[in-house]
Amino acid sequence: MHIAEGYLPPMWCAFWYVLSGIVVAYGIVQLNKLIKEQPEVKPLIALAGAYMFVLSSLKMPSVTGSCSHPCGNGLGAVLFGPAVTAVLGVIVLLFQALFLAHGGITTLGANDFSMGIMGPFVGYLVFKALRGKINSTWAIMLAAIFADWATYVTTSVQLALAYPIPSFSSAFTTFATIFAITQIPLAIAEGFLTAVLWDYLKKLRPDILLKLGVIDESEVPSVSISSSGGE
Amino acid sequence: METKHILMFLGVIVLTVVPLIMYAGHEGYFEGADDAAVGAITHIEPNYKPWFKPIWEPPSGEIESFLFALQAAIGAIVIGYFIGYYKGKREIVAQH
Repeated sequence: MHIAEGYLPPMWCAFWYVLSGIVVAYGIVQLNKLIKEQPEVKPLIALAGAYMFVLSSLKMPSVTGSCSHPCGNGLGAVLFGPAVTAVLGVIVLLFQALFLAHGGITTLGANDFSMGIMGPFVGYLVFKALRGKINSTWAIMLAAIFADWATYVTTSVQLALAYPIPSFSSAFTTFATIFAITQIPLAIAEGFLTAVLWDYLKKLRPDILLKLGVIDESEVPSVSISSSGGE
Repeated sequence: METKHILMFLGVIVLTVVPLIMYAGHEGYFEGADDAAVGAITHIEPNYKPWFKPIWEPPSGEIESFLFALQAAIGAIVIGYFIGYYKGKREIVAQH
């Protein structure tokens, strides 16, 4: 979903920068608040960012005969919300734009909007809708799948908006075929990996997950927030 | 590690390997989707010229592979460190 450097007209670059900038600014505020109020989640934030780092670096083959990257943005989205994930996304995208010529500085706003904001937002909604109804592991799996997939659908929309030739819908079909269809098996793979990581987090630090409000006590009956102390 | 996790890992492996088998022996596949998008843009608007170039590009595919591997390694080390730390802590706490 990385739109390559210089491949988005300047007007659109500015537009997405403004939109993403607002969310990222809000995300920074939220992040500071989170770190101040719950300092024990710092490692988890690093972990969510690191997860995006790893998954974005893996170019995986798809049954369509193309290859693409998963995103890893579902985990951060569910744990901390889309705004904080937008901040983490900037770090990943900056690394890739500067050192790998992958994505770009001009397209940073657009790429963070898809990978750091829209994708996570969709994943966040999916998790919220499913929470309490099914086990959180399956909820996060589906959230991760849809977060990843929504990222690529968003990129398709962004490109179709910039190049609506001969029409928006035909351009969207072109880009969506390249991005969104290819991404389906990769999104499923990302869902699996996120679910496994989630289970480990549930086993090792259920207290943090409880405190963040992302799981119910019924899933981890041996723990309650009050007994976990200040750590 | 539960059976569920093993099955999920196997699922990821299958999803990754099946495309390689499907297109084995055929040329020209597994170009990146991002490059394919650039191709589509040039196809839709042949007069479009990128107005900005990357500040730096890896000088070869080898260097590019190195940097991707580095990115994966950094992320993986951070994840592994914290998972390991939490697990170790849990075992110590459980002993008391």
